[in-house]
Amino acid sequence: MTPLQIIFILVAAMTLGAGLMVVTARNLVHSALWLILALFGVAIVYVLLQAGFLAVVQVVIYIGAIAILMIFAIMLTRNIATESGPRFSENWSWALVIALVLFGTLAWMLSGWEGIAAQAPAISPRFDTVRELGLALVSPDGFVLAFEVASVLLLAALIGALVIAWDRR
Amino acid sequence: MQHQDWLFIGVFLVLAPVFPAAALLIPRLLAPRKPNRIKLQTYECGVETIGDSWVQFRVQYYNFALIFLIFDIETVFLYPWAVAMDQLPLFAVVEGILFILILVAGLMWAWRKGVLQWS
Amino acid sequence: MFDPINAIAQWLAKLLAGWGLSSGLVNLILTLLGVVVVASFVLIVDIFLVWVERKVVARFQDRLGPNRLGPFGLIQPLADIIKLLIKEDITPVGADKVVYNLAPILALATVLMLWAVIPFAPTMLGADLNVGVLYIVAVGAVGTLGIIMAGWASNNKYALLGAMRTVALTIAYEVPMVISLLVPVILARSMSIHQIVNMQTIWYIVAAPLAAAIFLISAIAELGRAPFDLAEAESEIVAGFHIEYTGMKFGLFYAGELLHALTMGALFASLFMGGWRGPFVEQAPILGVLYLFLKAMFIYWVIMWVKYSLPRVRIDHMLNFNWKFLTPLALAVVMLTALADKALVEFGVSAGSLSYSLSMLAVNLLIGWITLSLLRSYARIERRRVAAPRPAASPEYSGVAKS
Repeated sequence: MTPLQIIFILVAAMTLGAGLMVVTARNLVHSALWLILALFGVAIVYVLLQAGFLAVVQVVIYIGAIAILMIFAIMLTRNIATESGPRFSENWSWALVIALVLFGTLAWMLSGWEGIAAQAPAISPRFDTVRELGLALVSPDGFVLAFEVASVLLLAALIGALVIAWDRR
Repeated sequence: MQHQDWLFIGVFLVLAPVFPAAALLIPRLLAPRKPNRIKLQTYECGVETIGDSWVQFRVQYYNFALIFLIFDIETVFLYPWAVAMDQLPLFAVVEGILFILILVAGLMWAWRKGVLQWS
Repeated sequence: MFDPINAIAQWLAKLLAGWGLSSGLVNLILTLLGVVVVASFVLIVDIFLVWVERKVVARFQDRLGPNRLGPFGLIQPLADIIKLLIKEDITPVGADKVVYNLAPILALATVLMLWAVIPFAPTMLGADLNVGVLYIVAVGAVGTLGIIMAGWASNNKYALLGAMRTVALTIAYEVPMVISLLVPVILARSMSIHQIVNMQTIWYIVAAPLAAAIFLISAIAELGRAPFDLAEAESEIVAGFHIEYTGMKFGLFYAGELLHALTMGALFASLFMGGWRGPFVEQAPILGVLYLFLKAMFIYWVIMWVKYSLPRVRIDHMLNFNWKFLTPLALAVVMLTALADKALVEFGVSAGSLSYSLSMLAVNLLIGWITLSLLRSYARIERRRVAAPRPAASPEYSGVAKS
């Protein structure tokens, strides 16, 4: 195994473990903190995939904004963080079976795909991925429509969220 | 890409908590340890603590966090655009500005609606 | 070229390779050493900062400051550390032990992480990330988490209130900060801080003074220093999120805060004031470290100057200032900088030249002038509104009936 693979296995195990803790932790704030660790693990996986930009964006958006938003949401409630109810719904065994079947199907389908064993081509050090992304985002043969639609989508999200969350006195 | 640079970041990530953690371990050896019930109480300037420490926060915190989230995502989109600035034709620059203006409209809307007012 | 650090690194690499280690392992050991050197150097500077902070605040308040231990009181920070180390470590009842202990570690570690991407000298830099600017934002975001964890785990109302206030403030001011950071990225056409410093034959503070000012203001807000220190408003919530921390744990928060201020200074210096640039730095790269720290210390001093001169701002004023002034201004600066850059390059003015910088300065001055005149007309309306006669007893004005 190459060192990269060892790091990947460690990080993946950390991410999965943290994800498991998110759903099993009794305390909501602990769940949020475990979620942050899981999201951070995903960021490291992005780095291992040579996607540095996605990695920092993952940390900025998911940990810096969304996780904070979640913690704010928890703080908005009347103390529900330590409420001790059942952690699992009664149907958890069925959910486990379905999840395993889904995972198995996906793994089986992917193993049949010829790209699964292909090595990623090495990116030359002169190739700036962020610059290419920027060019693709606004070029007419690239994603310019998606780029502008994203802006409108963000606007809609802003207005929608505030209309719902904002109480007029 | 930049294996060497990310390796440095990775090693830093592992080592950075070690320094403060080591600083926390020294008092374990040196500092006295005489806890008692009064000393361990929650500090509220000498007044007896009443009730739970859970404070219910106002929804305003959440609103501002929402606006923050939207603008954070927006700016992240703009960074690749800014990096590629010298290779972009004029209309691509205008597209980026259009992107900003659409969100400025959102900010203006929130402003007019009074969402930005902390009361 | 006098460059002792790289010479030592090369000598070590040769020595280790001579012992029969593989090149990957040699690389790892050298990286490890590099990290340890950077981190311990920064931490030693941090200890020295305790003295600087105490001495400067004393001067601002017309006192002498520490002057008993050693020349000019230079040994004082060591005494401070010894005191903190032998203080009893109190974990309050009901605290969440793990999170409570993790929070101060995270607070200092995230500030340390920022130094990984700051170039110390032309040949001495830790990591030259092509996403350096966003990396800073990302690490700052993780730093906010330390505050939330500290506030929540302390099981104290004041701590939680202080933490939530800090976070609300930090995330609010992160918006103009992130937007203003776009301006040096546009000017340098790169997010790598190394590249941004390389491009600054003319300091970016000339071409982008408004972005620099916005960055400095939002950096002070992110630091939670006065005038934005309502997170630890002594009269309201005692000390804020670190109220329950004693001994070295408090010391870590304190050290983290001081170092964060210097780090912001170093970032400001790298992004807007040429970083390690200075006379003779091409001949002796080691001088770059000196220049960087001189500039960083200057900004640190400006931050202290602001801190000890201005009173605390109220939270609604603070948020108004952010959302209704700084953010629109930052967006306007980014849009006009992008347009002006395109126009200048179209007209054949190469980026980074003197005429380019001066034209950018003119654009900035224009935006500044428009902003000031807008503010002036707003102030005129506001003065008229305040001066208007209003019967105090009328429910329309007293505000009682509204709520």
